[in-house]
Amino acid sequence: MNDSTAKNLALSHMWVAFSAFILACFMGEYQVLERSGLFDSLSSPSVYFASVSTHGVLMAFVLTTFFIMGFGYYTASHSLKVPVWNPKLAWTGFAIALSGVVMAAIPLLSGLASVLYTFYPPVQAHVAFYMGATLLVIGSWVWCVIMVVMFYQWKKANPGQTVPLVMFATTANALLWLWTSVGVALEVLFQLIPWALGWMDTLDPGLARTLFAWTLHPIVYFWLIPAYTAFYVFAPKQAGAYLFSEEAARMALIVLVVFSLPIGFHHLYMDPEQAKGWKLLHGLGTFIVTLPTLVTGFTVIASLEIAGRLRGGKGLFGWIGTLPWGNSMVLSVILSLLMLIFGGFGGIVNASYAMNTMIHNTAWVPGHFHLIFAGTTIIMYFAIAYYLWPILVKKPLFSKSLALVQLWTWFIGMSIMTTPWHVLGLLGQPRRISSVQYNNLLTLSWEPYELLMILGGLVLLGSACLFFYLLVKTQFGASTEVFEGEVEYAEPLHAVKDLPEYLNDFKLWNKAIAVLMTISFGIPILQFFFMDTYGSSGWGY
Amino acid sequence: MHIDPLERKWVQVSLGMCALFVSIIMLDALFHGVNAPSNVETIDSRKIHLSEEFGEDNLGVQVAENGEITVRLVAGRYAFFPKEITIPAETKITFRWVSMDVLHGVHMPMTNMSTMIVPGYVSQVESSFPRPGEYPMLCNEYCGLGHDHMWSKVSVIDREEWDASRATPDAATNDTTDEEQNNE
Ligand SMILES: [Cu+2]
Repeated sequence: MNDSTAKNLALSHMWVAFSAFILACFMGEYQVLERSGLFDSLSSPSVYFASVSTHGVLMAFVLTTFFIMGFGYYTASHSLKVPVWNPKLAWTGFAIALSGVVMAAIPLLSGLASVLYTFYPPVQAHVAFYMGATLLVIGSWVWCVIMVVMFYQWKKANPGQTVPLVMFATTANALLWLWTSVGVALEVLFQLIPWALGWMDTLDPGLARTLFAWTLHPIVYFWLIPAYTAFYVFAPKQAGAYLFSEEAARMALIVLVVFSLPIGFHHLYMDPEQAKGWKLLHGLGTFIVTLPTLVTGFTVIASLEIAGRLRGGKGLFGWIGTLPWGNSMVLSVILSLLMLIFGGFGGIVNASYAMNTMIHNTAWVPGHFHLIFAGTTIIMYFAIAYYLWPILVKKPLFSKSLALVQLWTWFIGMSIMTTPWHVLGLLGQPRRISSVQYNNLLTLSWEPYELLMILGGLVLLGSACLFFYLLVKTQFGASTEVFEGEVEYAEPLHAVKDLPEYLNDFKLWNKAIAVLMTISFGIPILQFFFMDTYGSSGWGY
Repeated sequence: MHIDPLERKWVQVSLGMCALFVSIIMLDALFHGVNAPSNVETIDSRKIHLSEEFGEDNLGVQVAENGEITVRLVAGRYAFFPKEITIPAETKITFRWVSMDVLHGVHMPMTNMSTMIVPGYVSQVESSFPRPGEYPMLCNEYCGLGHDHMWSKVSVIDREEWDASRATPDAATNDTTDEEQNNE
């Protein structure tokens, strides 16, 4: 099959993603230097907050969304063995999303949108920032539609057959994103844009925060699902074995999608505009979402164990040493899972309804999400890139050993950087500050940790540059060798037979989500239209 | 459909762990009253200075007839008003906060006094501080470019010291010393 369209789509999307990534890495290192207070010449709150805002938007919105779209186009076309449906539409989506990024970048870089990546009304950014963010989301909806259409066209053409796991996961992610982006879309379209344009004098920050919370948690799973997909469909094969259980994988994905949607209120635990009963309800839901992660961990480790034993590993832990540690996908999975264990522990503290009080908005929080996002998730994005690049550009990877060095340094750098963040959080340091101005003994104890963070950041920056260099060298290097490999998916240990329709389709699950969303967000949103609320006019910064 | 017995066991173990966490939280919330701060009370942020409760004279520490202590503070860029307060240790204290402009958040390090302050709403938290000492009260939500400078000082003093200062006739002492310090 000639899948050059899918390859071009994948490459174009991923180059945007990784360009955003490398830019954001430089900003990250600047930020740890600035906030340490060691370099007087660097201290500038206006540059710092512009940088934090841009770093967040580039990493969380641009890197992720473009990577996920590129990954989805290629794996959908490859696994279903059909060309991408309506390539013209796909390129239009790419153009819309990219123009949104440019449109948002201008005010961000010129300091006219220092509202951090969650917007924070009633502090008001330039309207171009909100519009740019909206275009990025609209562009990504085009991708969602294409994925869902391809899923159902294939099902129609292949009645009774099992949809390939990779496509099942991608479609699950597309549906998750359609559902979850509605919250922020409502906020931007009905509150932020009309208000920034002056068509509306005031907005209600309580409602804005509630709508954002709708998006804010599931978005994390939107970023994470490609990493889990690689755990399930690539890693077992690369390790030389089978997927322990495909049915469990599908169940985990479904539970993740269905239950991650109605739980956003754990971001509002400390907020005054929602009542405790609703917070408690969302809090309980949050714990249900730990289940698919626990199941994923089990399935992946079991798959690796089979591989290790097939390679001659003996005893309780002997199989770990015999795993192919030199395979970048396998190494990434191991490092990624390690970070997931520590990050997951922090997440349970955050999610715990009352314990959250101690670490809310402290440095603990970025420590936690850098482990989960920049650690667990991004390390798998690297692994996927190393795996796909040779296939996409038909040249071998520039250097396998450098790729391993890059993955290890990323892991080490992330460990060095996030540990002090967790400690600082427990010592009460707020997360979003550019310098420490409090004249208090306590704040002296924060200083050594700031130094460690600079070191961790430097290791990470070096690692990020190496990653970018490897991609460039692979694609544009002088090598004349041709790479013939193909994407290979892991076979399940037990062939999938008599799969119930609810593990091969999403119709039922969409209905379940609709019910859960109505329960968990219905009254909490409607209340703003029943109580006497007072809006806020826009503020500069 | 095939589910491995081991996997089934693991799911049961996971469910058990989940249930354990959930029941601890539920027990604390329903029986011990450990809850996230939420009272869903609205206020017009633009008219705070005119409101009775948050008028200038009513800010700070107030002791009711029955001895209950309420602290009212206004958050505005870039300070909490008042800038300094003194409260007794080992005593239940109710904090009520409003914002006069944008979003703020406040916490006292290593205590459970923490809440977001959203314009248009009154935030209320209850806390008590076992250990006397000087605590900073920090703004933890980005509120503008002067955000780093936004903090207040809280002196938590011994319960006996507090009672003594209130019992003596020149008990306004607390207030005067505060003023003297401010004048320095
Ligand atoms: Cu502030």
